[in-house]
Amino acid sequence: MNNLIEKIKEKCSNKIVDIQICKNNIILLIKPEDIVMACRILHDDEDLAYDYISCISGVDYLGKEPRFMMVYHIYSMKNKNRLTINVNVPENYSVPSVSSIWTGANWFEREIFDMYGIKFSGHPDLKRILMPDDWKGYPLRKDYPLEGYIPAKWTKQDRPW
Amino acid sequence: MVNTEIKKETMILNMGPQHPSTHGVLRLVLELDGETVINATPVIGYLHTGMEKTVESERYIQAITIVDRMDYLSCFFNELGYILAVEDLLNIEVPERVKFMRVILCELQRIASHLVWLGTHALELGAMSVMLYTFRERELILELFEMCSGYRMNSSYMRVGGFYLDFPKGFIDRVKDFIDIFPSKINEYETLLTKNVIWKERTVGLGILSAEDAINFGVSGPTLRASGVKWDIRMAHPYSGYEFFEFEVPVGKHGDVYDRYLVRMEEMRQSIRIISQAVENLPEGSVSINNPDIILPSKKDAQIGMEEMIHHFKIVSDGFSVPQGSTYIAVESPRGELGFYLVSDGGNKPYRLKVRTPSFANLQALPLMLKGIMISDVVAVIASTDIVLGDVDR
Repeated sequence: MNNLIEKIKEKCSNKIVDIQICKNNIILLIKPEDIVMACRILHDDEDLAYDYISCISGVDYLGKEPRFMMVYHIYSMKNKNRLTINVNVPENYSVPSVSSIWTGANWFEREIFDMYGIKFSGHPDLKRILMPDDWKGYPLRKDYPLEGYIPAKWTKQDRPW
Repeated sequence: MVNTEIKKETMILNMGPQHPSTHGVLRLVLELDGETVINATPVIGYLHTGMEKTVESERYIQAITIVDRMDYLSCFFNELGYILAVEDLLNIEVPERVKFMRVILCELQRIASHLVWLGTHALELGAMSVMLYTFRERELILELFEMCSGYRMNSSYMRVGGFYLDFPKGFIDRVKDFIDIFPSKINEYETLLTKNVIWKERTVGLGILSAEDAINFGVSGPTLRASGVKWDIRMAHPYSGYEFFEFEVPVGKHGDVYDRYLVRMEEMRQSIRIISQAVENLPEGSVSINNPDIILPSKKDAQIGMEEMIHHFKIVSDGFSVPQGSTYIAVESPRGELGFYLVSDGGNKPYRLKVRTPSFANLQALPLMLKGIMISDVVAVIASTDIVLGDVDR
């Protein structure tokens, strides 16, 4: 555990803002502009070898500054350990895409764009994935109402049959 | 002068979302050259119901019934993953009996899920009889679920901190009966398919996914293991007492449709091994932790005692609070890594629950597997990745 932290510090010390340990999990805090460089090092380095992307999540901390947080859960198949990277993202900021490092990040980033409206620079195909293409608004934002902006109607006229 | 140059045109074919062989409402936009697939683009979202948003407005207890319905073929895994995440934030260690009970249910569910996969997979390739056999045995498992929870599917049986009720009388005996008969049934399916010439013609060497590609795309579960990567979360990071059990992780060599079939067949045998160990060594004791802040009082007490009734009312109406923090818990579902990223702001509702579903990640690699194959083999490759669209779209 401590060896691993030392190793991560050694390899990309100038990219890391903060390292925390929480219940055997290492959590790094990285600035959004450094994310691709840092991930490239973590992925390519032979000792660390974080070659598998588990998950990328977005969180909306409405009322806090910066508003959004992106959480990358990456995994090393070789060392069998997990690493969490937190990135604070201000509103209207384009985060560099990590899909050039892990191809699997492509859809996760599209989902975050779809749900939070966070844009990714350098993403090959940034468009909505779960919601319809013409949808207005970003549903998982905290200021988006649970029922949506337009209340659903079920009247006789709506029936297609 | 006549233009003798051969003009090469591709055709765009839309497959789904209403298609019987796309396992739900998957839409594939196929680019075809004659009968060969040049490119495939999955279009998803037809079953999107905003469960992650709904969970944010429900209390922790209520959210169990919602996560249940994401992957409707393996609901116990969704429950378990979510509950382990909540328990991790609450710092709860459940009794050993609870862990064993959870393992028994999950492994039964894994078999049931693989049986649906096997039946539909064979059905799509024209072997109709297999489905009749697999659904016969799946029914036995669903009856077991009905016996303990009252529901055949989406049972919401697990609770934070344990179970609401113990297994009913006679349940373990019926599980033992199932363990006795099931291995012979797997052999029965195998006699129908494993050495079947038509089956092998249709599956061997088809839809190959290399180990590097699989890891790069974030593929997990049997699809990853068929490509030769021996990675199973139950083995690599044991949760809920999997460290007590002996089992093997089957891996394939070529990463084709046939190898995925073999891996899943072997997984069912290993699940039986785990269940029989769990049933033999099932510890006695309480089925929930002793913490009145989280656990409901028994129904009998709540109907007689005043304090118990107030307590019952308080938990049902107000729920319980979870300390501030965030956690990521991954479990090995029949489809792969099912991860729950839970953020709590200290209240009685989840601030954010992100579900990393295995089908979503596995589906990304589908265009790679489909490239260059014949159009008639597309359904075989889709079936071999074993996606559930409820799991993809959530």
